[in-house]
Amino acid sequence: MGAARRFTPPTSPAFWRSPLRGPRLTALLGVVLLAGITLLFVTGLLSYAAYNPDLAGGVNDKTPGKGLLGFSLFAWPTGPHWLYRLTQGVHVTLGVVLVPVLLAKLWSVLPKLFTMPPARSIGHALERLSLLLLVGGALFEFVTGLLNVQLDYVFPGSFYSLHFYGAWVFIGAFVVHVVLKLPRTVRALRERTDPDAAADDTGLVAVRPAPPTVSRRGALGLVGAGSLLLFVTTAGQSIGGWWRRTALLAPHGGADPGSGPNGFQINKSAAGAGVRARDTGEDWQLMVEGGGRRVRLSRAELLRLPQYEVALPIACVEGWSTQDQRWSGVRLRDLAALVGLDEAPPGVLVESLQLSGAFRRAALRDNQVRDPRSLLALRVGGADLSLDHGYPARIIVPAAPGVLNTKWVARMTFGAV
Amino acid sequence: MARRQGTARVRLRRAVTGGARRAGRWYGEGPLHLLLMVASFALTGYVGVRLLADAQWPSVVVWFVGAALLHDLVLVPLYTVAAQAVARVTAGTARHRAWTGYVRVPAALSGLLLLVWWPLITLAPGSAAAAHYTLTTRLPSEVFWARWLLISAGMFALAALWLLVRTLHAWYSGCTGRPRLRAATARRRRRRATK
Repeated sequence: MGAARRFTPPTSPAFWRSPLRGPRLTALLGVVLLAGITLLFVTGLLSYAAYNPDLAGGVNDKTPGKGLLGFSLFAWPTGPHWLYRLTQGVHVTLGVVLVPVLLAKLWSVLPKLFTMPPARSIGHALERLSLLLLVGGALFEFVTGLLNVQLDYVFPGSFYSLHFYGAWVFIGAFVVHVVLKLPRTVRALRERTDPDAAADDTGLVAVRPAPPTVSRRGALGLVGAGSLLLFVTTAGQSIGGWWRRTALLAPHGGADPGSGPNGFQINKSAAGAGVRARDTGEDWQLMVEGGGRRVRLSRAELLRLPQYEVALPIACVEGWSTQDQRWSGVRLRDLAALVGLDEAPPGVLVESLQLSGAFRRAALRDNQVRDPRSLLALRVGGADLSLDHGYPARIIVPAAPGVLNTKWVARMTFGAV
Repeated sequence: MARRQGTARVRLRRAVTGGARRAGRWYGEGPLHLLLMVASFALTGYVGVRLLADAQWPSVVVWFVGAALLHDLVLVPLYTVAAQAVARVTAGTARHRAWTGYVRVPAALSGLLLLVWWPLITLAPGSAAAAHYTLTTRLPSEVFWARWLLISAGMFALAALWLLVRTLHAWYSGCTGRPRLRAATARRRRRRATK
């Protein structure tokens, strides 16, 4: 104590004493993140395309300034009908499961943050700036994603634009990092042991290692156990059925909100969306427009049109989804035919009664309108829709993100997109 | 004449390679590195103006950089100090072996769950956030902290049980490397023999 034990600053290599750090640990975690983050990025881009933000009019577009970044967009298909359930379930669950891996990876390279001198050369300075974008970007994406799925909208701005542009800032730095570090990573994985501190070119091996309190295998086991625990307490909200009860900490885990045909998960209740009871009563009428014609239909009139039944899920951008529900109602293409658009019906702009919500106006593409499974649903599971599930009528389209399955539909304009 | 031209060319080549070498020294990394950096920062610039187009752009910068600083300078030191404190308290002594893992593993897993699901676990009954959650999902908001506590309690109980089993196992099977345990086994055997 006292004068004998001098303070060692973190800028000194002697400060970092964990015997676990070394190129092998970092390489192992890095390879897991390389695979995981690549899958996160791809499923993220797929989700972006699934919203069809490029539809004319831009009603679905929460990133109108995207410019060249819209290159990855394509007409989102309607099959297989569980497509968005899968891609977005993977995106969110994988993001949650990778948290301990990301934390471990950042811990494993922390001594590098305090390297002295801060920059050896211009190139080194640029690389460190790029690393700030890499680490800041990774944490920014994980934090905004985790907050959004927990409905905690404290981030500064629209989630869609923050998470989308943030991902692109991150991925630029990520690619650079992967290319620059891949040779050393491969070498670390090939060699069975880490070099001595004196021979270590990575600056990760402790020069004055403390006695180990856990083996490296034990530490990796802890990271794996963390991922497994998060998986077990999360994945059920995307699998549904009995498994939902295992998702104890996920926002849409545990028991369903109700029982009976309308008991399944809800994204926005009628009260939450500002739907007033008087708007959905006997006087409600659906307005169908297009091709210069306009038709008004009451719910009773809609029920007299040919009814079809389809089994489709609700799959939310937040990663949770329901199993297939049995919806019944009128085909969208039959509604298009009512205004004379029976030959190759165009896309449709759907407007809701709801007063709030970013998607109270949403557009569907022509391939979605033409799919025989796309309905204006009036009933689910043999019962009338509940108010929280969109009574008097809602859209249900195979493989579309939940928000495009507009509830409390008031007006449909074919050809307006 | 031809020879003089040759020397000029050599001199030129030397000047060029020397210049490149000097530039390389000044840059400190190879040409691939430079190309990657330029390409990456060009993308960052193109996307960055879009990320920061909103009026709240200073907050976005704070979130972006703050996330890294908060993690590196607050979260990591906090959990490192906590992990080291646990290791000190649970270190092995002459009487028992170290039981660090039996405390640190459930604590780390419990902390991880708290970190990831913080907004849900900390939903205070009657708060605006709790009301918003229930209004949106029609699900009860007050279940998460209790579930987190129960899962944590379960993990600590499991670790305690495991430690107990390991300790008893060591006692009963006798550990050849430990005279004290060997003595205990011998005592037990003697007792068994007298029964």
